[in-house]
Amino acid sequence: MAFDIGLATLVLGVAAWTIAARDTFAAVIGFVAFGLLLALVWVRVAAPDVALAEAALGSGLTGGLLLSASSRLAHTNGSAVIEKPSAIMRLAAALFCTLMSAALAAIVLLLPEPAPTLAPQAAANLAATGLGNPVTAVLMAYRAIDTLLEVVVLLLALAGTWSLAPDHLWGGLPGRGDPVDRGGVLTFDAQLLVPIGILVGIHIFWVGSVAPGGEFQGATILAAMWILAMMTGLVDAPGVSGRWLRLALVVGPAVFLAIGLAGFALAGAFLAYPESHAKLVILTIEVPVTLSIAATLALLVAGPPNRALK
Amino acid sequence: MSFALDVLTILAVLTGSFFFLAGTVGLLRFPDSLSRLHALTKADNLGLGFVILGLLFQAEGLFAALKLVGIWLFALLAGATVAQLIARTARMSGSTM
Repeated sequence: MAFDIGLATLVLGVAAWTIAARDTFAAVIGFVAFGLLLALVWVRVAAPDVALAEAALGSGLTGGLLLSASSRLAHTNGSAVIEKPSAIMRLAAALFCTLMSAALAAIVLLLPEPAPTLAPQAAANLAATGLGNPVTAVLMAYRAIDTLLEVVVLLLALAGTWSLAPDHLWGGLPGRGDPVDRGGVLTFDAQLLVPIGILVGIHIFWVGSVAPGGEFQGATILAAMWILAMMTGLVDAPGVSGRWLRLALVVGPAVFLAIGLAGFALAGAFLAYPESHAKLVILTIEVPVTLSIAATLALLVAGPPNRALK
Repeated sequence: MSFALDVLTILAVLTGSFFFLAGTVGLLRFPDSLSRLHALTKADNLGLGFVILGLLFQAEGLFAALKLVGIWLFALLAGATVAQLIARTARMSGSTM
């Protein structure tokens, strides 16, 4: 109990500090710390799947994206100060946020006791999916359409990032092309860590069917390993027009969509799986989806094409 | 037996907490980046090491114990790497002077 109160206070404190921080870089660091503490909160409410996703995606990957955004913004900070919104605008924003939080708090507090839940149904139908982890069953079977849309949204986000490339660099390579710390300690770290990290990523994805884990969490670790290898120059970033790269990005959503459509013929509905082979079908979707998510996330961090193809 | 293990756990975790406390005090009190880094990495390496040692006495089986040791080793690797990178950046930007 004391631990939970301390943790909740800490989360709220770090959140307030992140909002109040003047410096963009400091705010991003606050955001990363906030995400890690939030992951602890998820562990405390016995939701390790969400905790893994929060630590990997919410804190790690989003933190990385925000860090690179803040370093790109560093030389425009002066103009950001000039364009400071008016007092009325800020007051309105604060008021809106307060109302939103109050409404959310009211909804949570007004829930009947015990709160309505679909957990018993999710657990009761677990056998039909052939999976052992009810969270994965929700993501890949009961609400597969949400997961499909998430995978497509990631791809759209990458298209948005790439659309920032100037015309003459289209098809070129993302990133700066000068490895951080060549031959130094980070390179050594990458050489040591990348093989292990790839194994851990695949493991997290694989155990997702029976234990906390899954394709998003596993793919984030795989993406992180690729990013590390690109940062240290162990491998160069791929040209954004490369055929294999495009294939890797699209194969996940494409297979997902194809199997979803095949559901009409095989089981009578979009994204319905034939019950006898549900596990196999889910795996057939998950493997290419993991590959696509990993590639998409890594390239999101790498940014728009920045250099001409050699 | 289990009482003895619990006592060992409490002792080791307390020792670990002491190193984290000392590291935090160092981070807040030391005058320059390199000394602060020194304090922080001690906290990470030794503090986490003792906490993990304490948890080892409670581990369920060899595999769980190996996982705990693995966590410590990865934290060591990450901590050492990041400390090097921060120290180099600090020296290049001259903020340690």
